[in-house]
Amino acid sequence: MQSETKELDPILEVNNLFASIDNLPILKGVTISVNPGEIHAIMGRNGCGKSTLSKIIAGHPSYKITKGEIKFSGKDIQSLEPEERAQSGIFLGFQYPIEIPGVSNLEFLRVATNARRKFLNKEELDTFDFEDLVKQKLDLVKMDSAFLSRSINQGFSGGEKKRNEILQMALLEPKIAILDETDSGLDIDALRIVASGIKKISNEQTGIILITHYQRLLDEIQPDYVHVMSDGQIIKTGESDLALELEKHGYEWTDNFIKEQ
Amino acid sequence: MVNKNLVKDVVVTEPYKYGFVTDIETEKISKGLSEDTIRLISEKKEEPEYLLNFRLNAFRKWQKMKEPNWADLGYKKIDYQDIIYYSAPKQKEKISSLDEVDPKLLETFDKLGIPLTEQKKLTNVAVDAVFDSVSIATTFKKELAEHGVIFCSISEAIKDHSDLIEKYLGSVVPANDNYFAALNSAVFSDGSFVYIPKGVKCPMDLSSYFRINSGDSGQFERTLIIAEESSSVSYLEGCTAPMFDTNTLHAAVVELIALDDASIKYSTVQNWYAGNEEGVGGIFNFVTKRGKCLGKRSKISWSQVETGSAITWKYPSCLLLGEESVGEFYSVALTNNLQQADTGTKMIHIGPRTKSTIVSKGISAGNSVNSYRGLVKMGSKASGSRNYSQCDSMLIGDQAAANTFPYIQSQQPNSKIEHEASTCRISEDQLFYLQSRGIEFEEAVSMMVSGFCRDVFNQLPMEFAAEADKLLALKLEGSVG
Repeated sequence: MQSETKELDPILEVNNLFASIDNLPILKGVTISVNPGEIHAIMGRNGCGKSTLSKIIAGHPSYKITKGEIKFSGKDIQSLEPEERAQSGIFLGFQYPIEIPGVSNLEFLRVATNARRKFLNKEELDTFDFEDLVKQKLDLVKMDSAFLSRSINQGFSGGEKKRNEILQMALLEPKIAILDETDSGLDIDALRIVASGIKKISNEQTGIILITHYQRLLDEIQPDYVHVMSDGQIIKTGESDLALELEKHGYEWTDNFIKEQ
Repeated sequence: MVNKNLVKDVVVTEPYKYGFVTDIETEKISKGLSEDTIRLISEKKEEPEYLLNFRLNAFRKWQKMKEPNWADLGYKKIDYQDIIYYSAPKQKEKISSLDEVDPKLLETFDKLGIPLTEQKKLTNVAVDAVFDSVSIATTFKKELAEHGVIFCSISEAIKDHSDLIEKYLGSVVPANDNYFAALNSAVFSDGSFVYIPKGVKCPMDLSSYFRINSGDSGQFERTLIIAEESSSVSYLEGCTAPMFDTNTLHAAVVELIALDDASIKYSTVQNWYAGNEEGVGGIFNFVTKRGKCLGKRSKISWSQVETGSAITWKYPSCLLLGEESVGEFYSVALTNNLQQADTGTKMIHIGPRTKSTIVSKGISAGNSVNSYRGLVKMGSKASGSRNYSQCDSMLIGDQAAANTFPYIQSQQPNSKIEHEASTCRISEDQLFYLQSRGIEFEEAVSMMVSGFCRDVFNQLPMEFAAEADKLLALKLEGSVG
């Protein structure tokens, strides 16, 4: 399907997206386009709709799209279930990864990895082959193999949960990864580990959206574009220096953009 | 997007896979229950007089008893005169080997995954196959006999081991114990008998497979297991029934006796037909199971996976008489659609330094009601005794109900009782997390359910644990729509 000439087509296109939860409008016309190899950062106040945007792209059932479209590899994905989106290469790194008692992390990672491999027509991995693979990936995020035998995220520290998210990203090799405040709650060392993991996993085919409040993550991973979001809209887009200005002036500074609009 | 993720409308789409009926000529007595019925059953089975008296005595007591209504159950009144109390597939008078068993019966058990013939029989488990009112075949009898282990139908035991029957039958569950136990004592038709002699570790797992085939006959089987000093046995029980739109009554009694240092592990996977989505049909499963830890340091362990039946009413219990004896109860009960389950255990600590553990996991989906009911009692002589109970409930959807009724009685200050309980719901966010990693919705639910049940599955014999995992997944398939 994908010919050479199409390679520069965007992986993800969000066009004039409106969405609500329980009839409360959250997104009010978001447009964003991510090409292969690009890193985008989305910044903005808490409650401006950043997390909502990421969950809607991943297919969270609680949100309702009222207008606009989301295209992944040129196709509208609105009718796809969350698992179908994930299998085809959309990855969401959660801000608050949820604990699932009783379900082994290793088994979970294996089932998830095989679901993605099946979609890619790759051979599914048995327990032994998977253990070999996962051990390599553990190094990327400097995780101990003891994490594998625990229940999903149960009793993990904040930093361990985030590293577990990046481990999943490494195993699933997505085409687009949306990382929702992956840097929050991390100390400086953990931040460097996570950032270097993200860089090693991504390549010129991968698109990345970093949702963050802090410049320190963007010091580690240089974004190509920075978007500022406010009240369900992207109010300004710039290059990496926009984040620096934002750091200097704070979000109040961005209120002027809304007035300009 | 079809919003199938809202964990709300729970509908089962998976058909019950054991719902077929075997077309076989049966010998049935006419409907109804009277002293004559009981005399007829006893006569058909050529029973000694003490047993007929045991039955008649039970029947007279039953007539004076009232059907219990304290359980958290609602069902249409049972017409005890509208039930056939004896139904047996027609066979040759005396069967000396499996070759003489009707091929249709062998085929039935084959289809249920319980092959009985010499070539195909399970290699590590001896099986007693019960079809309606009678035991069809018992495998590995000879091999077991070499170790002195007796494993046969209770009808055979009544003929061949009358001394043991007379001594132990009704010694754990007296004929007048409760309404359904009294009924069973009056009309029981067949079941399994196990005797493990002193010092013998039973060389293989023993298993009974109960199959209800007739729609209008009740099943009243009776199981008796005796483990002599320092012996041990692991016993498995499985159940299925065809799909009928009428309710079939199943009122069994199981008695276990463990002498000094003996241990009995009793595992059940119950998958009787549960009725359809509207709650029509299904088995009424009213069962009395009790073990007596008679000897010092004896141990009785119940593990059960209850997934079937329209109504389940059962409390596998332990009477801890011998000092330092141990009772255990591990249970997973899953209800869906309009199923009702009221299940739990009784741990009666009588001897000193006795210990009991209760781990109960209830999963309710659809419009079902799932209750745990348990009693922990410390008698006045049970000093230094301990109990630990853990009761967890999981709700799927917003129409299902879970109840926990723990009763605790202690007459012994120097004993310790701990009780923990929790209720959880499979949250939309947990499901979304798994789905967002490419895991299909139903697989995500089943992963979470089996994770919830892990503590209990770990207690099951290995083949059973895998089976139980699959069974739960099957039961919930399409259930979260």
